[in-house]
Amino acid sequence: MEFLEIKGVSKGYGLPGSRTEVLRDINLSVEEGEFVAIVGYSGAGKTTLISMISGLLKADSGSVKLRGEEIMEPSPERAVVFQNYSLLPWLTVFENVALAVEQVFPAWSQAKQREQVEKYLAMVNLTPAAGKLPRELSGGMRQRVSVARALATEAKILLLDEPLGALDALTRATLQDEIVRIWEQDRRTIVLITNDVDEGILTADRIIPLSAGPGATLGPSVAVDIARPRDRRALNHDPAFKHVRKQVLDYLLGPGGRQKTLVSRKLSLPDLLPENLNEPRTLFGVRRKPRRRSEEKLETVEV
Amino acid sequence: MAFIKRYKLDSLLLPLIGLGAFLMLWLVIAGRIETRKAVDEFGDPVTKTVKTGISPDLPTPGETWKASKPYLVEPFAKRGELDQGILAFTKLSLILVMQGYLIALLIGTPLGFFLGLSKAFTKAMDPIIQVLRPVSPLAWFPLGLVLFSSVKLMDGGGKTVFGASDAAALFTIAICSMWPAVMNTAVGVRAVPQDYLNVAKVLKLSKAKTLFKVLLPATLPYMFTGFRLSLGIAWLVIVAVEMLTGRPGVGGFLWQEYNAGSYSRIILCILTIGVVGLVLDRLMSLVEARFKTA
Ligand SMILES: Nc1ncnc2c1ncn2[C@@H]1O[C@H](COP(=O)(O)OP(=O)(O)O)[C@@H](O)[C@H]1O
Ligand SMILES: [Mg+2]
Repeated sequence: MEFLEIKGVSKGYGLPGSRTEVLRDINLSVEEGEFVAIVGYSGAGKTTLISMISGLLKADSGSVKLRGEEIMEPSPERAVVFQNYSLLPWLTVFENVALAVEQVFPAWSQAKQREQVEKYLAMVNLTPAAGKLPRELSGGMRQRVSVARALATEAKILLLDEPLGALDALTRATLQDEIVRIWEQDRRTIVLITNDVDEGILTADRIIPLSAGPGATLGPSVAVDIARPRDRRALNHDPAFKHVRKQVLDYLLGPGGRQKTLVSRKLSLPDLLPENLNEPRTLFGVRRKPRRRSEEKLETVEV
Repeated sequence: MAFIKRYKLDSLLLPLIGLGAFLMLWLVIAGRIETRKAVDEFGDPVTKTVKTGISPDLPTPGETWKASKPYLVEPFAKRGELDQGILAFTKLSLILVMQGYLIALLIGTPLGFFLGLSKAFTKAMDPIIQVLRPVSPLAWFPLGLVLFSSVKLMDGGGKTVFGASDAAALFTIAICSMWPAVMNTAVGVRAVPQDYLNVAKVLKLSKAKTLFKVLLPATLPYMFTGFRLSLGIAWLVIVAVEMLTGRPGVGGFLWQEYNAGSYSRIILCILTIGVVGLVLDRLMSLVEARFKTA
């Protein structure tokens, strides 16, 4: 039995009639402890896919199963790091993480809950910022709080929705390393959504491209058989890196690329006839209509 | 002009110019008292005082000051039920406003929450709310009297301490001032970002926890905007209510002084109402700003 198994899932938005299918025939299985990256165009439906795994959305057809059990509703056992951090702005960093811990481990003593929060804040190097409000933090720090909140619930699977998308390149690089480091500590299953192929190559065991929408579907998965720790400086010349990148890009730019849409429409050529300037333009104050060839019944042509 | 700007004089000077222009206009409308020497029909010299001006009944600023002075220099004096210092009256009015306002918030905030949470409830209530909202306090008050005609609380000595007119007064203030709180709360609840709700869903927060930990804090800034506007209306309504009931307070005093023909004190009351309204609004703005940044 697979750990996470998605079979024949499709999902669309809108009412019948004006409905657009966002995802079609999605099949994916992820093993326990695996780090999987899904790479796709923006707007392809990556957030939609992760929302179905988290249970925030229901698939129109097909099934999403975790350990053989159909996912019916959200649950803290599937922790989500949302695309836009989603920290509660009126709670401090500590309180944001504590809210999750109290909710998931209600039986724990206060001291133990506190310890748990502190442990995960330390893990993302945020101990000094524990008392700050989210608006006092940089984007990278906010994202780390969001990661700490997800980790502190000790979920079975972590769903990361473009967690680093809004960050600058340097912060991105640091956080990528941090995520890998944390994953290596206890090997919890991670599904990382990203729009950056290199990010997938640096972090994941396996990269699965998602084709461009509408009607996006997953392409062939590409294993990243590169030993860790991976050196980002080798990214541009190491043949193993280059091979993986080529396979992913070949799909994303080829069969999984943006479809060219064909629109057929009737062309109408202008058919106005030249005006006879010898005739007065207005007749009894009414301006003459322009003459069109398609409307003329009798046309006099000088030969 | 550059010189004035540089020393921030314009924020002091321009309001003073505005105030001066306002006083000039007042003087022109109220006119002046002139004493004229004349000879009456018996040939005796007499002095006549005449008031010139567009509206000769309007007291001049000087007269207003003279008539208001006893109420201002002893602001808390109580010479009689309807003859008290201006701050004593203000206090009475404020107490009544606060009672009515609190009732408005206690009813309006939950109502706003339900409206924001349920589309069906909004559809059901919207027509009623839209019709009730523009109704004037003068129209509500008689209905309040009818509704609460049997209310009569007496103290030990058989004196009524809270009667139908008191209940009607609170009812009028509450129902008139409720709507901004209701509407803003509803808008605020609808505007809670889906992200926050998703966090609540993923953590499986209970209904009560979602309300108190997510919905309420996210809605607070909107709620306080509504609360500020509601307080403004409550203060607006108080004058009408006091006039109708004859209760002691700024509005009651105003009406009594009009009936007594001492117009100067009407102006005192108007200015007091304006200043108190401004102060209330500023105080609420401070509270509002505190929640805005959160
Ligand atoms: N709630 C929704 N209602 C209607 N359309 C939606 C909704 N959410 C997303 N979409 C559409 O579905 C497509 C995929 O969205 P999304 O999953 O957010 O893409 P991605 O995360 O890959 O950028 C987009 O075209 C978007 O406009
Ligand atoms: Mg997205």
